[in-house]
Amino acid sequence: MRIVRRTTAAAVLAATCLAAAACSPGTAVPAGEKAADDKSGTLQVWLYNEAGNAAKEAVVAKAVTEFQSAHQGVTVNVSYIDTDASARAAKMKGAFNDPSSAPDLVEFGNTDLPGYVAAGGLAEIGADLDKWADKGDLDPAIAKTAVLDGKTYGLPWWVGVRALYYRTDLFTEAGLAAPTSYDELVAATRKIHAAHSDTFGIAIGGKYTFGALPFVWDAGGDIAAKDGDKFKAAINSAASQTGVKRYTDLFDEAGCPAQQCADLTGGKTVDLFAAGKAAMAILPNSSRSKVDAGAAKDKYAVVPLPGAKAGSIAPAFAGGNNLGVMKAAKHRTLAVQFAQLLAGPGYQEQMYDAMGNLPTLKSVNAKVAAKDAFLKPFTDTIAAGTRFVPLDQAWAQIDAQAVIPTMLQQVVTGKADVAKASGDAATQITSAFAAR
Amino acid sequence: MSAPTTTAPAAPPSPSGRRRGAAAAAPPRGRRRTPLLLLLPAAVVMIPLVAYPIYQLGLLSVLNFGQAQASGGVPTSFVGLGNYRKILSDGQFWSVLSQTLGFAAFCVVATLAVGATLAVLLTRVGRVPRLVLTTAAMAAWAAPAMTGSTVWSFLFDTNLGLVNKTLVGIGLDGFHEFNWFYDKWTAFLIVGAVVVWHSFPFVMVTLYAGIRAIPAEVLEAAALDGANTWTTFRRITAPMLRPILTIVVIQSVIWDFKVFTQIYVMTEGGGIAGQNLVLNVYAYQKAFASSQYGLGAAIGVIMLLVLVIPTVLYIRSLRRTGNEL
Repeated sequence: MRIVRRTTAAAVLAATCLAAAACSPGTAVPAGEKAADDKSGTLQVWLYNEAGNAAKEAVVAKAVTEFQSAHQGVTVNVSYIDTDASARAAKMKGAFNDPSSAPDLVEFGNTDLPGYVAAGGLAEIGADLDKWADKGDLDPAIAKTAVLDGKTYGLPWWVGVRALYYRTDLFTEAGLAAPTSYDELVAATRKIHAAHSDTFGIAIGGKYTFGALPFVWDAGGDIAAKDGDKFKAAINSAASQTGVKRYTDLFDEAGCPAQQCADLTGGKTVDLFAAGKAAMAILPNSSRSKVDAGAAKDKYAVVPLPGAKAGSIAPAFAGGNNLGVMKAAKHRTLAVQFAQLLAGPGYQEQMYDAMGNLPTLKSVNAKVAAKDAFLKPFTDTIAAGTRFVPLDQAWAQIDAQAVIPTMLQQVVTGKADVAKASGDAATQITSAFAAR
Repeated sequence: MSAPTTTAPAAPPSPSGRRRGAAAAAPPRGRRRTPLLLLLPAAVVMIPLVAYPIYQLGLLSVLNFGQAQASGGVPTSFVGLGNYRKILSDGQFWSVLSQTLGFAAFCVVATLAVGATLAVLLTRVGRVPRLVLTTAAMAAWAAPAMTGSTVWSFLFDTNLGLVNKTLVGIGLDGFHEFNWFYDKWTAFLIVGAVVVWHSFPFVMVTLYAGIRAIPAEVLEAAALDGANTWTTFRRITAPMLRPILTIVVIQSVIWDFKVFTQIYVMTEGGGIAGQNLVLNVYAYQKAFASSQYGLGAAIGVIMLLVLVIPTVLYIRSLRRTGNEL
């Protein structure tokens, strides 16, 4: 009898709970409903807090002063948010879930875009950008990374691409020139490792997705291909498998031994190359300062990563950051205007000088490349055409579940061959696209 | 695992707590509400802190609920058992589950062996060594899992780790740049060692207290009866420790089944190609890292159910020792 009464109490409690509806999972009011277009007040801006952020803050502060003097009664409040992937994801989710405390303008990684759009967090700014004087100057391949289903949700602010860093001293000693094809690259790892058994031919990693993808793209493969308006996994296509095999074949005794390299991330390969432990590495332009701080300083040069065909350039991943207007923005017009100022030619050039990030405007790119010979291989790589991950919110899931690294690691450690590992990856990619 | 069937022989044969409660089952009408009133303070705390979150977990697990739904971009939809079906049909889930059970079993056995040995040692050594050992164990216990895991990762680092340096230093050249986390089993072994390092102090202290609580007269009587050390242990110490041992085992099972930090930190999110995944890390990778809260909640419910079994045993053994709930 006591049990009966207890059950009744529980049932009553549950029923009250359901009726109150307060017990269902919290869902925010769609962000757009609270948006406004005030022409005065405080414009809230979130930018990434990067390594060496003081230089960035100085440039942004100048832009803020210029903007405030051009717009009377407007204050620009810039916060720098943690760039660590999970911290910034949490911060952005907070902004989406609570539109009333969301900023007006945000900087975000371009691979995050589809997820943010699906969450209803970003405003479409295509029409505003059409009126922007510098729009025609944007690199088209990079501009495409901010377009989803024909709608533009971001203004590309800067990009970073990877190229092949190599040790000039070791190459000269071995009588080699910089590799111009995949075969030459492999030959170089063998020759240098034969002379220096403690040196890795090339620093790569099993978790280095963006080091591996150029090999896949160069072979004519891709992560997924668009089939009509739907994505279809393509990582197990014959072309993709060729690319995966070329990358994973480098994890041998002469290249990067699996024991040491199977669990490396891209960041760790920078350390290896900077410490003088590797003869080559696939690193972004922004790694320059780190390499210069290590043993490899003054003993290296950079060329575009060669493709399989002699003289070709393997397509690089166009990583970078966009500026986006939040759907819940209270100052929509001002936010767009401030984004246009920051991404305009003047401040793009200053941002390059301060942070070493590559501009997204073609004219500024040419200008900084002329100014700094170091950049030429990177701008050449951009000019040869860059590629991108599937523009779909499924990418966030594919990335979080480490689908590509798992595939690479299975091959590198000999747990599976390329066909099996890429087949497993394709299954997971397909289910990620189906999950939306 | 089977519940212990022997009660401590030292305790006078008395009806168990539950039966005593049943004997007083027909109180005067007015006093029937007293137990409910007495439960009220606990309920005030437990319902919002435990019952409500579990209710939410269950609710989320039958919804398609991701970041897009949380921020109102896409309406939430009911998917019934869809999330469960997805997990249970995932081959990786089953291999991770068996791996988790195996790893937890290994950690429980190792923790108990280390903890019990040191507890016995504590009763045999003098005051100063006892103080040193207890302090060292407390320090390991007090170290946050995150800190402990990071420090141990440094020790076993491929290029700069003290362990590799030392092994090479004593002439074992095979350990030059040896990657301890490359092989699935060496990786599990080291993570297991860290888990044990974090949890043996609890076992040690509890068992030490248990051994100390055995009345000296009983041991003395045994000695007078001519019992040797082994007989004393088998006939007196072991039976009297059994209730405590049971609690310690169940507690360890629950802890080691839920290991997250050590695996996540030391194998960088589950090891090479996910070879060192355990259920908690799997749930995180599969669901929460990509904001699929519905799917993650379903994994949470499954873990809850798996853990309810040892928990029920735990509560039963608590009652047996006289700690009525």
